[in-house]
Amino acid sequence: MEKSGLNLKATELRLGLPGSESPERGSDKNGNAAVILSLKSFVGSGAKRVFCDATDADAKWVFSVSEAAAGRLFSPRGGGSSNNNNNNHGKVHVGSDSGLGGPVLEDGNGACVAAQSPKPVMMVQDKKSHEIAPSKAQVVGWPPIRSYRKNTMSSQSSKNDDDSEAKLGLGCLYVKVSMDGAPYLRKVDLKTYSSYIDLSSALEKMFSCFTIVSGQCSSHNVPSRDGLSESRLMDLLHGSEYVLTYEDKDGDWMLVGDVPWEMFTDSCRRLRIMKSSDAIGLAPRAMEKCKNRN
Amino acid sequence: MESESKRKKESPNTAELAVTASFPDEVLEIVLSLLTSHRDRSSVSLVCKDWYRAERWSRTQVFIGNCYSVSPEILTRRFPNIRSVTLKGKPRFSDFNLVPPNWGADIHAWLVAFAAKYPFLEELRLKRMAVSDESLEFLASNFPNFKLLSLLSCDGFSTDGLAAIATHCKNLTELDIQENGIEDSSGSWLSCFPESFTSLEVLNFANLTSEVNTDALERLVSRCKSLKVLKVNKSISLEQLQRLLVRAPQLEELGTGSFLQDLTARPYADLESAFNNCKNIHTLSGLWEAVPLYLPALYNSCANLTFLNLSYTALQSGEFAKLVVHCPRLRRLWVLDTVEDKGLEAVGSNCPLLEELRVFPADPFDEEIIHGVTEEGFVAVSFGCRRLHYVLYFCRQMTNAAVATIVQNCPNFTHFRLCIMTPGLPDYLTNEPMDEAFGAVVKTCSKLQRLSVSGLLTDLTFEYIGKYAKNLETLSVAFAGRSDRGMQCVLEGCPKLRKLEIRDCPFGNEALLSGLEKYESMRSLWMSACNVTMNACRRLAKQMPRLNVEVMKEDGSDDSQADKVYIYRTVAGPRRDAPPSVLTL
Repeated sequence: MEKSGLNLKATELRLGLPGSESPERGSDKNGNAAVILSLKSFVGSGAKRVFCDATDADAKWVFSVSEAAAGRLFSPRGGGSSNNNNNNHGKVHVGSDSGLGGPVLEDGNGACVAAQSPKPVMMVQDKKSHEIAPSKAQVVGWPPIRSYRKNTMSSQSSKNDDDSEAKLGLGCLYVKVSMDGAPYLRKVDLKTYSSYIDLSSALEKMFSCFTIVSGQCSSHNVPSRDGLSESRLMDLLHGSEYVLTYEDKDGDWMLVGDVPWEMFTDSCRRLRIMKSSDAIGLAPRAMEKCKNRN
Repeated sequence: MESESKRKKESPNTAELAVTASFPDEVLEIVLSLLTSHRDRSSVSLVCKDWYRAERWSRTQVFIGNCYSVSPEILTRRFPNIRSVTLKGKPRFSDFNLVPPNWGADIHAWLVAFAAKYPFLEELRLKRMAVSDESLEFLASNFPNFKLLSLLSCDGFSTDGLAAIATHCKNLTELDIQENGIEDSSGSWLSCFPESFTSLEVLNFANLTSEVNTDALERLVSRCKSLKVLKVNKSISLEQLQRLLVRAPQLEELGTGSFLQDLTARPYADLESAFNNCKNIHTLSGLWEAVPLYLPALYNSCANLTFLNLSYTALQSGEFAKLVVHCPRLRRLWVLDTVEDKGLEAVGSNCPLLEELRVFPADPFDEEIIHGVTEEGFVAVSFGCRRLHYVLYFCRQMTNAAVATIVQNCPNFTHFRLCIMTPGLPDYLTNEPMDEAFGAVVKTCSKLQRLSVSGLLTDLTFEYIGKYAKNLETLSVAFAGRSDRGMQCVLEGCPKLRKLEIRDCPFGNEALLSGLEKYESMRSLWMSACNVTMNACRRLAKQMPRLNVEVMKEDGSDDSQADKVYIYRTVAGPRRDAPPSVLTL
């Protein structure tokens, strides 16, 4: 797979217990640290439009959706900010201003962010510093949630440190979803979807800056569930900038959509929205595997 | 008349004579029996001896907010005719594991006293009490008229105890088991209701996990024609739910079981029609593991809903928005933060009558997953729901400006509980403390009774609270404040303060000792992980004999520090059932 400076792990947001070492992350070609600016969420069509406007109008933009040269960063909604109030001083800012927002350029491996509104910079740990605010789980009785609720919710999505394992609970099937260029993961419960279309449109809403379905910025339409047949969806997926892939029980990465839905939910452990250019080798393997199974 | 002459002897004041002569005890008792509010009754009992006497004879319900503030003996001596008792035990922070096990609040001694003095006891409502199976068996066997048992956040019992209740309480109308530390070994307790038993009106076992015998449940529901509230647990499937609904179309409150099941077209249609047939449902909860696919079965029922509890249902914003469109009459809403700001926007747009909103975190400890709600969701609700007066909001970021907007839109808050989940987090836009947010709350919301603060807070927040929160009764503080002055402002400034709970704040002895008489007008004070010493606590205990000053020591901590302090007023003196880790000073 071609690795044009793309390094998922480096952009993955992870927070650990105080005093823990952050896992080793290979530096990208230019050894740049990840930079994130807190931004308003892009979920929702309104935000999509803004992104497109910024893309078109702002000459500072290095690239647009369809010309992604490398990983693109966007920010979480400012949440999880347990590491921002005390620890900003330990972080590396690349090309940004005081950290209160404003567009940021990054050269080299080309991370670039649009700032929609001024917000404090929230840093993901870089390779050097491991300053992490105390994990919430460390403080006894905080947040103030009754033990009953804690136990019930955790049994519905049991904690698991291993990245690739799906979290199984009572009738839930949580899998992590990562997207190339995105600095944080989302989690979806596969059981709440009944078809690939459901899953795809839900994921699209979650990562809506970067349309899975179409490479163009389509701010004016959200593809309706009813309008898409499975085959058309597969066409779009295959023709788009990004493809949806998953890691199965055996640890192999497969294209989503090749197997019947139930078989997929049974074997899917993790999802990844991958750049199509990186996914070229996947399809044949998936087919072979399917054949072998049958 | 005899009673008149009796009164003449007792009250030498002729003016009083004239009044009481025309107002016999019996009439007074009847009049007072119409008073239901505990506070009114307390006031009444202070007027004069006659009224005190009439009040005590006519009182049938008693509410005890702190079980150690009074003893069973004192209670039964004063009130001879009690039919309904509500008891609260452990300090609220025991819900969050801050109280050592075996701390106390055991119901048993009370039950023994009640068996002797209130054999006709009908109702028992317990919160944060230690309840054993033996106690439940004792209860079931000694009170033939027993009708109502409600256990909330209690611990120490198992489903065996419930079996005893089901077996022996022939007149039971209500069994409400919520969020307890219960040892759930089997669902067979439900089958213990005799076939002849028909009086049940409320059955809530939503928080148990074991499977119950569904045939037994169906038969029970069929024969209890007055059943108004049914909240089943996760083990009940959609198909089973449908059969229950068909047998109880009169239901007013429903807690569904698991909403996850593969339904083909016909059972789905049956389910939908069963829901449609229950025209009186105004409260809906449960929906464990709800699959969006089946939610439309509820849509027609939602039209009359006033209370929707989705706090155990991880719905995403889209599915939730679709549901909430159908709930225009909603007054109370509990959700998980999986609905995100978009979901809350839908609430603002569709629920103009909303009075109460609680947003719980789905993943409070998972820091990788960044979702949940932000200040935007709360603001959106405030614009659409101007009647909002109760909020509990767990979020990961907040701004002073947002809170100011919220209370401007909704100035009638009585309960404002904001939990910014990272301790000591400032306004994420300005990086300033959240003082102005809570300042806005107390300045604008003059009816505020309960406040929970969070985020980065200096003493200024507490100055505001002391200056403006004149109706404040309950205050919860964590990881906040800069100096003793903060706590002092509150103690000096809030005349109606009853419960103050503080953890992990830099308040020390000076603050503690500035309270003194104030604590006698309060129910209780909790301070943990602050800067209070044992000596200060001893001084307090010495000066205020009508307070119980209890210190919970933690292993390995400094001997001179009082790690956890619980102070409460009492007429029962120091308690004798404290475990070794609790020192009464």
